[in-house]
Amino acid sequence: MLNSLGREIPEYIEGIGKLEPFQGALTKLRKGWMDEPTIPAPNRAYLPHQSKLCTSLEDAILRSNPHNGMTVSFHHHLRNGDILLVQTLTILHNLGIREITLASSSLNECHDPILTYLKDGTVTRIFSSGIRSQLGRAIALGVLDIPAVIHSHGGRVRSIHTGKIHIDLAIIAASAADCEGNATGSHGKSAFGSIGYAVIDARYAKQVIVVTDNLVNYPCIPLSISQNFIDLVVVVDSIGDASQIATGTTRITNSPMDLRIAKLAADVIEHSGFFEPGFSFQVGAGGASLAVAKFIREKMKVKGLKGSFMLGGITSYCVDMLNDGLFETIFDVQSFDAVVSNSLLNNRRHIEIQAALYANPFNSGCITNKIDVVVLGALEIDVDFNVNVITGSEGNIRGASGGHSDTSSGAKLTVVVCPSFRGRIPIIKKRVHTIVTPGESVHVLVTERGICVNPAYKELEENLRRAGLNVKDIHDLEIEVDEITGIPAPLEYTDKIVGIVEYRDGTIIDVIHQLKEK
Amino acid sequence: MKPKIAAQSGTFESSDVIILIEPLPDHSGRKLEISSTVMQQFGESFKRIVVDMLDQFELTDIHLIAKDKGALEPTIKARLETAIKRSLGEQEGTM
Amino acid sequence: MLYIPGNNPAMIQQGGVYGADSILLDLEDAVALNQKDAARILIRNMIRVIDFYDAEVCVRINHLSTPFGLADLEAIVPLQPSAIRYPKTESAEEVAELLTIIEKIEDRHGLPHNKMTLHAMIETAMGVQNVFNIASQFVRVDAITIGGQDLTADMNIVYTPEGTGIDFARKRIVMAAKASHIDVIDTVFPDVNDEEGLRKETEYAKSIGFTGKAVINPRQIEIIHKVYTPTEEEVRKAYRIVKEFKINSAAGVGVFAIDGKMIDAPIVTRAEYILRLANVTVG
Repeated sequence: MLNSLGREIPEYIEGIGKLEPFQGALTKLRKGWMDEPTIPAPNRAYLPHQSKLCTSLEDAILRSNPHNGMTVSFHHHLRNGDILLVQTLTILHNLGIREITLASSSLNECHDPILTYLKDGTVTRIFSSGIRSQLGRAIALGVLDIPAVIHSHGGRVRSIHTGKIHIDLAIIAASAADCEGNATGSHGKSAFGSIGYAVIDARYAKQVIVVTDNLVNYPCIPLSISQNFIDLVVVVDSIGDASQIATGTTRITNSPMDLRIAKLAADVIEHSGFFEPGFSFQVGAGGASLAVAKFIREKMKVKGLKGSFMLGGITSYCVDMLNDGLFETIFDVQSFDAVVSNSLLNNRRHIEIQAALYANPFNSGCITNKIDVVVLGALEIDVDFNVNVITGSEGNIRGASGGHSDTSSGAKLTVVVCPSFRGRIPIIKKRVHTIVTPGESVHVLVTERGICVNPAYKELEENLRRAGLNVKDIHDLEIEVDEITGIPAPLEYTDKIVGIVEYRDGTIIDVIHQLKEK
Repeated sequence: MKPKIAAQSGTFESSDVIILIEPLPDHSGRKLEISSTVMQQFGESFKRIVVDMLDQFELTDIHLIAKDKGALEPTIKARLETAIKRSLGEQEGTM
Repeated sequence: MLYIPGNNPAMIQQGGVYGADSILLDLEDAVALNQKDAARILIRNMIRVIDFYDAEVCVRINHLSTPFGLADLEAIVPLQPSAIRYPKTESAEEVAELLTIIEKIEDRHGLPHNKMTLHAMIETAMGVQNVFNIASQFVRVDAITIGGQDLTADMNIVYTPEGTGIDFARKRIVMAAKASHIDVIDTVFPDVNDEEGLRKETEYAKSIGFTGKAVINPRQIEIIHKVYTPTEEEVRKAYRIVKEFKINSAAGVGVFAIDGKMIDAPIVTRAEYILRLANVTVG
């Protein structure tokens, strides 16, 4: 069957179940509730003064009823510094556990070692918001029989509520925790800031293990994760490679191209009609998107304009803007550097939020619904403004859905920033390989060679033209770029589906076919 | 015709291509080794540019190695022309 | 004016996207001696194919006293970029000789003599002494420019960010340009990370009469544009002056007053210049 973006979606996939085709970004939400029933959270009972402390991660896992076909979840707040995911799967593998469903909120390069467990049947299903590196390549080439499910940050919460992701064991790394499992990421030698993505795992997993390298006296505050959801606590020497977790401050890019695109994007925001007192703002941590914050900061200072809140993945740059008094509040679901942890811990206007509050579409209102302006990147964008942030030009899975579709569906102004081509590969396509965010959620594309406004937003286009910005029809820009780069030969795929891209409401926006190896 | 001397042009930088040319004994024909970061998408078009230019200079007994990092067509052609002219001794550059 | 090293395809192919008024493809100092041939061919190919949008394209060639100058001209003149920038110009005789060669090449290709212009770079003490002759004697010389680093080297002094040593040269060059009614472009500011320093130097250059500034990194363009772009208030004032002038001159009045201040011809000329910079026309 075809979804509303014309993508062929199978009705049923073995190992996944029935699929519902995407029918528009807000279609399901208009109803006011979610039809799928939610599953109850597990119930447990603990005796007074019963000890949760285990001697090792292996000991804790053994006490958590490991079994074939189990679902194990992780959070990705340690980003590329995480070591617990690989350790856990190695322990499970050594215990002879098979057919594991891996439900990590995201996967990074540091998780490449688990590739052998995908090959030998230890791991047979994956749910994640992002997959990269060798894992992404292997999955694109078909290492798993059951397609990997790519969800958004908000969509993951929904999937856990509905039991689509039914977590048997959650492993929660924390940079500080106490003997009862109260835990946080905001202090300790491995501090990583917000632990927002793990809160839902703690709430819904049948067994929850907090792993820390920093056991503090009871109680561990703040109670980012609270003890009433935690079964076991393990103290280890290290939860991750500190140099990869969160270091120093995030530097604004030096790349002239990224800065140029960022400058143009800031001009777009300034003249969009949404650059008003009290505006709310989110930028990614990537090159050009973060640099937009630099120019917006300058513009806010010049105009004496003060915003309301910043949201999302938070960098030290956001913290600087908070401290400058340019914004009143930060809502932090994920922190990108050490300075952020410090601010999260000490500044009461810097608020840790969980994924459900950040972006889950099925509740009484997530914060992404309140965003005015969001700046996002893209691996590819097409003439219908559909955005791909998951598959690369070489066909590998090498990105993350993350909060892309969540934030863009909520924002009044979604600005996508990207170069018009990278290494001779055009980024603006007639049709993106994989849709993650539907074009209806994207208002404007900013490239170094021109600004393209989604034709659905006439007033915006008028505002930008009036400001003298270099507005082009996206079809014209697509042709212009093709003329510079030449038209690339298309990649070849088989009929086998290796990945499905779930929209935040649980419908299927696209599928990824197996790449033919060359 | 065949090159007089071994010659090289270009760099390993992104959007550039490095070309290496060596003369081969008479009647050995052309030996082309092309690798590219965008081989899947532009490999065929790259080969065609190389063959066309070698034809244009009537070069037959030649070993050509190209390592491409996403160079655009005018760059590929410029680097080829430079390497060929250097190998024919028409202009000086580096080896 | 954005300098782009002539042997760097990545930078050349993106040259037009940074909003520079002019792209300077450099065959001279930015290209290693053993890559002059490669850069010449690369620039030739790129100029033919790449769209630099609204930017003028200029090529800085090597001096004719080097083994590369003539070959550069043979390759570049037929492409007719907006201008050729000639380094280390020292005398009018030298310019005359250069123009003779250019015109011969143009004749051979059936090209006009009045399309492509010449920018003379003043980078030596001798050049500074002869600058008025260089600037004033040739229709095709439509801009002169100062090369700060080379000039300090030629003067045997150390280059300092304050530019004390080249201050006289700057002013003399500006004066020669003004007297010849041509553009005059200031030297590059080498420290890419010092945005404040760049802004100050550009403000100074503007204040003594430079009409533009060369940059080595696209990041510097925005700052220079900011300095050279008239403020809203300046534009509004200029608009009023020009509008009043049109009304008054239509009525045969030469000198008039706005807010009690006398407005005469030089003030009107200055106001018209500001409106040109701001792309504003008075209806």
